[in-house]
Amino acid sequence: MSGLHPSKPFPEAARDKVNQPQLRANLRKVTHTIREKRLRAVGELPHWEELRLLGEATKDASLANLSDRLLQLEASVKARGGQVHWARDAAEAREIVVRIAQAHQVDELIKVKSITSDEIELNATLQERGIHAIETDLAELIVQLSHDTPSHILVPAIHRNRAEIQALFNRELPGEGGLSDSPAELAGAARRYLRHKFLTTKMAVSGVNFAVAETGTVCVVESEGNGRMCLTLPEVLVSIMGIEKVLERWEDLSVFMELLPRSSTAERMNPYTSFWSGVTPGDGPQEFHLILLDNGRTEVLADATGRQTLRCIRCSACLNVCPVYERTGGHAYGSVYPGPIGAILTPQLLGMQDKNANTLPGASSLCGACFDACPVRINIPQVLIYLRGEVTAEKGVTAEALAMKTVGYAMSSGWRFEGALKLARVGQGPLVKGGEITSLPGLLGGWTQSRDLKTLPPQSFREWWKERERDSE
Amino acid sequence: MQIDLFITCINDAMFPRTGQATVRLLERLGQTVRFNANQTCCGQMHLNTGYRDDALKLIRKFVDDYRDAEVVVMPSGSCAAMVRELYPEAARWGGDHDLLREVEELAPRVYELSEFLVNTLGVDDVGAYYPHRVTYHPTCHAMRVLRVGDAPLKLLRNVRGMTLLELEGSEECCGFGGTFSVKNPDVSAAMLADKTRHILDTGAEVCTAGDNSCLLHIGGGLHRLRSGVGTVHLAEILASTEQEVFA
Ligand code: SF4
Repeated sequence: MSGLHPSKPFPEAARDKVNQPQLRANLRKVTHTIREKRLRAVGELPHWEELRLLGEATKDASLANLSDRLLQLEASVKARGGQVHWARDAAEAREIVVRIAQAHQVDELIKVKSITSDEIELNATLQERGIHAIETDLAELIVQLSHDTPSHILVPAIHRNRAEIQALFNRELPGEGGLSDSPAELAGAARRYLRHKFLTTKMAVSGVNFAVAETGTVCVVESEGNGRMCLTLPEVLVSIMGIEKVLERWEDLSVFMELLPRSSTAERMNPYTSFWSGVTPGDGPQEFHLILLDNGRTEVLADATGRQTLRCIRCSACLNVCPVYERTGGHAYGSVYPGPIGAILTPQLLGMQDKNANTLPGASSLCGACFDACPVRINIPQVLIYLRGEVTAEKGVTAEALAMKTVGYAMSSGWRFEGALKLARVGQGPLVKGGEITSLPGLLGGWTQSRDLKTLPPQSFREWWKERERDSE
Repeated sequence: MQIDLFITCINDAMFPRTGQATVRLLERLGQTVRFNANQTCCGQMHLNTGYRDDALKLIRKFVDDYRDAEVVVMPSGSCAAMVRELYPEAARWGGDHDLLREVEELAPRVYELSEFLVNTLGVDDVGAYYPHRVTYHPTCHAMRVLRVGDAPLKLLRNVRGMTLLELEGSEECCGFGGTFSVKNPDVSAAMLADKTRHILDTGAEVCTAGDNSCLLHIGGGLHRLRSGVGTVHLAEILASTEQEVFA
């Protein structure tokens, strides 16, 4: 399972993906369908913009006093019989889960979709310690059985088609073999397999969508009901949450119960929303652990511009409207957080020194569709531009930096710019063929692979204006 | 009204006719225009590529060049968006409070051409004539950052002799994105391929937009396809009259 660390720079990974026609077609179809449905669902609410502002303000208020909120959450969870663990990084979080599993001597556990557990690469560590983690979300299960990684935060198997799933289930699911490719039949096979696991497994690991500090309530939002099974049937429940998921009050949830389903699956209401607080004797898991994961988040919080990233409620609306995601798919981003949110979250969590992650802020044409779609108004383009600044500052003097300085110098006054234009008109000579430039040298060569470049005209605007002024005198 | 033009570096260097059209159009509408020849570039390329300090120099220069302007009008949604939305951010990131105060004071007086015509001057019909089949691509920054809405379309619908053709997927980015098209050429080209396909599907002779940077990219793609479909800046269509078809 890949965690946060991209193994390649984005432009390279994207090149591999962009040239796969089947993948492009799958992605285009799905993203466009969800996009249109979302617009309809959002259009139904006349006060959508006010709701977004409220979502933004609610998350910001919680983030402004995050340490207080977390301490309050810890106290209320404990008061209700739960146990709270603080994990500074991925390794600490993994160890906590392993320790709990070992204390109960389990060699198998069930999971309900949790990107946070993928972020810390939990499954691989559990496997090493002889504990098998079973994904119970249908798409996550598909990804797991095919030894693949998710490529979308809500539709993890968006890149797979039905025929692939049919072959996979026939091969991997015990007792199956003759399944047709009918969705009902495939879902039925998964249900048989999962039902058995729900009823026989002692321990579950879940993610967290929201946690309420004042009441100690934890919340998971999902569409298949697998979450409800994981959260109620096992004896031991471990929930892992990024520290930014905490809200102050119970009422705060209401705004997200409207924003989240409409933004993510274009539904008016979410199908399965589970809340639980601590432990209730004789009902549900008798042991509950909440792991509060930092893993770089405090650093993000400390950054005035980058902080807004922590408002994210992982609805995936930004992925579905992003023209870059649509052409590359999630794997190109090399992290469990793909798309526009991944392009800002991953490099911030890892730091700008990560030489692959620091190409992610460049993975955008800055078209702004993500900001318009984001239910908590994260100004993703603004953060992308800001992070590009952080990356170049980290890199120091490069050929690009020198080129930028040179252009900056030429632009430092009107007459210098005019001089530079005159030089460029001479300089372009050797490149011009048939009135256009069809191939540029060096770094700029990628541009002319699929586009011709117009040549500089003989007269610039400023030269024309000068002439006009002269003539009118 | 006394209008200060900001022609933008790309228009100045590569598309002088757009600047000329802007001048002619505004003068035809009875406005007085001024061109401060010290102007160069809004600094967008520097800021967007991550060179904040170099961008700040150009931002300070812009402020110096236009501090006394009544209004600044530019034939570019992207550069207007840079001034209005990103200048304050850049000043904040640079920790320059004096600059922040100045840009916040100046930014509301800065307009993209079509929004200025429709919203400020209150003109929908500029008396243009352009006998061609045209399709319009709304550029991302004009549409999503400046929110020019249907101002360009209002103007285009009143152009005589012209057939305006609807563009499928018009709101999708063309894939230019400044240095994005250089740093991620493959993704950019994939986005461009969809855009040019949609443009060709309209049967238009010309694709227009309010930004020559996007048109440079779209035009480059259309030219590579030997499609015969051209690109023309909105200002050049609006400046055209029965006496003189501008472009
Ligand atoms: S950044 Fe906004 S749109 Fe994207 S997943 Fe997060 S909340 Fe949703």
